[in-house]
Amino acid sequence: MGELAAFLILSALILIPAVIVVTSRNIVRAALSLVPTFLGVTGFYIMLQAEFVAGIQVLIYAGAITVLILFVIMLTEGGSGTMVRQVTGQVPLGAMAAIWLAFLILVVLSRTTWPTARGQLPQYSVQAIGTAFLTNYVLIFEVTSLVLLISLVGAIVIARREE
Amino acid sequence: MPKVVVDWLYVGVFAVVGVVLTVLPLAVVWLLAPRLSLPQKKLTYESGVIPFGQAWAQFNVRYYLFALVFVVFDVEVIYLYPWATVFRTLGAFAFYEMLIFLLILFVGLVYAWRKGALEWV
Amino acid sequence: MPEPVSFFREILKAIGLAVVVFTFLAVVGAMYGVYFERKISGWIQARIGPKHVGPYGLLQTIADTVKLLQKEHITPRRADALIFNTAPLIVAVAALLDWVVIPFGKEFGRVLIVRDINIGVLYFAAMASITVIGILAAGWASNNKYALLGGLRAASQMISYEIPLALGILWVVMIAGTLSTVGIVEAQRGGWFLFKVPPLGLLAAVLFLAAATAEVNRVPFDLPEAESELVAGYFAEYTGMRFALFQLGEYGEMFGMAALASVLFLGGWLEPNLPAWLWVALGLSALGVAAFVRFSALRTVYLLRPIMALAVLGAVLSAVMALGISTGRAPVLPSLIWFFAKMFALVFFLMWMRWTYPRLRLDQLLNLSWKVLLPVGLVNLLLTGFLLTVAR
Repeated sequence: MGELAAFLILSALILIPAVIVVTSRNIVRAALSLVPTFLGVTGFYIMLQAEFVAGIQVLIYAGAITVLILFVIMLTEGGSGTMVRQVTGQVPLGAMAAIWLAFLILVVLSRTTWPTARGQLPQYSVQAIGTAFLTNYVLIFEVTSLVLLISLVGAIVIARREE
Repeated sequence: MPKVVVDWLYVGVFAVVGVVLTVLPLAVVWLLAPRLSLPQKKLTYESGVIPFGQAWAQFNVRYYLFALVFVVFDVEVIYLYPWATVFRTLGAFAFYEMLIFLLILFVGLVYAWRKGALEWV
Repeated sequence: MPEPVSFFREILKAIGLAVVVFTFLAVVGAMYGVYFERKISGWIQARIGPKHVGPYGLLQTIADTVKLLQKEHITPRRADALIFNTAPLIVAVAALLDWVVIPFGKEFGRVLIVRDINIGVLYFAAMASITVIGILAAGWASNNKYALLGGLRAASQMISYEIPLALGILWVVMIAGTLSTVGIVEAQRGGWFLFKVPPLGLLAAVLFLAAATAEVNRVPFDLPEAESELVAGYFAEYTGMRFALFQLGEYGEMFGMAALASVLFLGGWLEPNLPAWLWVALGLSALGVAAFVRFSALRTVYLLRPIMALAVLGAVLSAVMALGISTGRAPVLPSLIWFFAKMFALVFFLMWMRWTYPRLRLDQLLNLSWKVLLPVGLVNLLLTGFLLTVAR
């Protein structure tokens, strides 16, 4: 009962700002609305007792990525406060596509039998995660550093070309 | 309720109480302070000079580059947290694995340095 | 299934603690922090600082607060009012949230902390990074190019120093093996981390302190809010109480960083484990300093008067400690005293630095972070890792 209430509150915290992000005509407000969304997801991680992931979510998403997005917005046209028209002339077509997709998803969701997990929640503690990626998932861990390197190099190349 | 949930429930309550308690003095101001609306008061402050021109900074890629390098290294630091917690219990190989990880990212830092992504001017 | 009674009891406890911590932060941190800053600044500059309002000027900030409460809130034209108003809240609340994981002491077997979150220091770092959003929002929402530039520069500085901050914290986590602040303090029973793996502990502490100073925008890293630059930077357009909220956030964060530094490197609430004769020696040297200041020509120098007072205090403390240790009582003094002593010592050090060092230019600042502190921090981690595992 308590879990359901928490889930509903967190969902509202996630979905309402998300709608604002997509529909707001003020880009900076849209970007700032991302923060409550991220914090709501943090709440979900807490409910799953994945504390480390929750901490990372706040640190990276709310702390770093939002800042990056805000930097870009404030330094380009969007920062001048011009109102962006988010709704184009293709509303009827888009609405139809959305309704059909929603219908499809609902049908699939209601017809799937969801297996309920039995037993203990898997361990998401920091120690468990650390041990996991240093022993079982070492290769993935090292490849991640390569992914980070490539993204860094790629982004610098693109950004420098804009000069 | 599991400890984790209670911990963060406290954090949530702290946030809410914090917002309420910081709004409180603002409410006091709303009650006490004068509210004389003069157009000069609303002018942008520029040391007494009448402001001109748009308020928005020119696009300057260096801000973006700093934020970008920051995001990449922030993600790297995230991997360091669990490693730092368990590496003593795992032995030497954990150290070597992290050495490889950090060396690769060190290459990234050197690249950013050489390409001038870390220059302000 | 949580029982409703205990759930509400926890909520009430949380609310109570939140009010207490916020009041502590607002009064001790912001109000008296500002008072001490003004006093200490005054002494270093060969003047007295506030002295008229109340004995020794102690009621100065209260008077200032009462004044600020009556100042009009001016919102600049064409500023985004919603964001303009919420930005100071973000900064102030982020600073408050930092304090959930700070342990104040340990009495009767219970640690005096709001909640010992398992990922304590990671949580602290996360809250510190939320502050950046508030500052960016404030700078942008003011519709003032100087505020916007100030906000962007402040944000660039703060994000650049978050990595060295994390590297300093990580060094400690490596030694302690836990992210919990309580765990880190308990792991220092055998000696403060400042002195572990010498000199790497000291290096990590210096790294952390430098990064923390930059995170709180204090000299020598206070370019974003320097009075002579950019017209006070990102909070140029903020009047009255809203400006005070930014100050509350900044001072709260400064005290929080000092508290975290004392937890990470100075043993938190633990009493220093020194033998009695060492305490006697310290006490005698403190008395010597006090006598020297009192009876020499230096007694006319303003700054040295509080130093003399502190030296006498230190002598008394050492005497108590020596007495206590020789009679076998351990710990002698309550843990709260030790925690606050360490925290205030660091805050004093930060304030002292303010009037000692010139300000760094923004590019020097950023170079220091990315080209010096970051590589040094990483090398420090690797070296320590090597020493602790491979070289066994």
